[in-house]
Amino acid sequence: MPGCRIFVSGDEAVAEAVRLARPHVISAYPITPQTVVVERISDFVEDGSLKSEYLHVESEHSAMSAALGAAAVGARTFTATSSQGLLYMAELLPYVSGARFPIVMMNANRTLATPWALLSDHRDSLSQIDSGWIQVYCEDAQEALDMIIQAYRIAEDPRVMAPIMVNLDGFLLTHTYEMVELPGQEEVDAFLPPYRTGNKMDLDDPKTVCYAAMDEYMEFHMKQELDMRKAPAVIAEVDRAFGDRFGRSYGGMVEPYRCEDAEVVLLTLGTVTGTARVVVDAMREEGHRVGLAKLRFMRPFPRQEILEIAGRVKAMGVIDKDISVGYEGIVFTNVNSSVCDLASPPPRINFIGGLGGRNISKGHVRGMFGQLLKLAGGEGMERIQFINVGCEHNG
Amino acid sequence: MHEIRWHGRGGQGGFTVARLLGMAASVFEGKFSLAFPSFGPERRGAPVLGFTRISETRITDRSMMDQCDYVVVLDETLMGPAVLKGVRENGVVLLNTKVPEKYRALTDRKIVDIDATSLAIEILGRPITNTAMLGALLAVSGVVSLFSVKEAIKQGMQASIAERNCAVVERAYEMVKGE
Repeated sequence: MPGCRIFVSGDEAVAEAVRLARPHVISAYPITPQTVVVERISDFVEDGSLKSEYLHVESEHSAMSAALGAAAVGARTFTATSSQGLLYMAELLPYVSGARFPIVMMNANRTLATPWALLSDHRDSLSQIDSGWIQVYCEDAQEALDMIIQAYRIAEDPRVMAPIMVNLDGFLLTHTYEMVELPGQEEVDAFLPPYRTGNKMDLDDPKTVCYAAMDEYMEFHMKQELDMRKAPAVIAEVDRAFGDRFGRSYGGMVEPYRCEDAEVVLLTLGTVTGTARVVVDAMREEGHRVGLAKLRFMRPFPRQEILEIAGRVKAMGVIDKDISVGYEGIVFTNVNSSVCDLASPPPRINFIGGLGGRNISKGHVRGMFGQLLKLAGGEGMERIQFINVGCEHNG
Repeated sequence: MHEIRWHGRGGQGGFTVARLLGMAASVFEGKFSLAFPSFGPERRGAPVLGFTRISETRITDRSMMDQCDYVVVLDETLMGPAVLKGVRENGVVLLNTKVPEKYRALTDRKIVDIDATSLAIEILGRPITNTAMLGALLAVSGVVSLFSVKEAIKQGMQASIAERNCAVVERAYEMVKGE
């Protein structure tokens, strides 16, 4: 089938990408706002346009267990989840990454209970950054579609051998419809060859996987870390190869936007990037030297790229749609640990917003840039600020 | 950028029509568009919003739509302050009603009325007014062409109802144009 343009939601774009990536096994358990992904994939399996084994399991824990089992015999696998579902499968995440299985999972970013809520923030996925999974965050449906396809090639690369979580902001991306270019199957097949691995249970070449190894545990994880350090180069390489074939690329680990001569830069994750782009354009028109950097990956962390930007700006802001209660935003902590290697790091503000789906408007982003420009001018600013809240802080 | 907000009740097709308009603009006219529902739990009969943004350039802003150029009201029992909020100064309210005079005092914005329910019952046999209101919007705004909308309906709706909905859009368009 040749490529075409379709008007779909972020969820549907992911399902289309999964169809094009031809996984052998899909294990599925529905949870809002991810449900549409696994529903559409089941339609594809039913109508024969995707020849996969579709396992409708009884929980998220089982979904990841089934994907793990399938990956252990060398299958390309897919699953998807969100929020509490991700936490329920959390036990399995280090099993998968430790076994070095290249499972691709879509996560619809949705907040955690309690208070019980449905809408989007990043508390679910960011609670799992230590699980050994690569994490990428998408800005629009096209990027989501393209990243599912790229994710298989990155994850299955023998230099990397790590699972990938492709994150889409719940509702803001999963339930928003837009036009995407759907690549043709032949083009995707040429970009993403069938998965072949020696890292599997094989009757003709018996070995164990997920084995108990008290003595080698430490060396094993050191090697895992050393390989993960190679992932940024592979991610950049795959992004370029994708661009050469499909005409779209995303900048690898970080996409800087109008940062070239910026005095202040705002770091973003996910769809809020798009809102910030509009504000950057408007403020540039007014003569303010502002820019933004879209962090595409949280693991591996784009330390080099952040150091490079931080080294030439006067102030830096980080939007966190999450909070590690008792400290600060999780993205902020990671940024701080990178920039502290500079001789004189720029001063920084952490903007905590969007929790439970609270709106972050263009006006709010403009306010953040206003604070950063004052900070760059030498004024003292509160280090952690809550955006668009309806109550006073006590302290 | 055109920003359009659709008000209906769960089951009336308020989001379907927001999506059809977005499809018409992007797939059939090469513009850029986003279409999204009000987020959260869905219930039949409860007030539901749909949103469509259309632009000649790429749309990256996904924040809430605080202001809009057109408010389209599928069900007049929803009319009130929440529906009329954030309509821009030269914005228009499109209202499905037989008695527009009942609502004129609620707003100083222009109200364009159409009896979409009668039209839908006549052609579709059911009081589903989303496509009639889309026809009315096209007549008032010209955000996309009638041709593109009919193409979107043919592609985006089940074949069994697409043809009759194309007829509804055309008739509504002519009714409002003719006023």
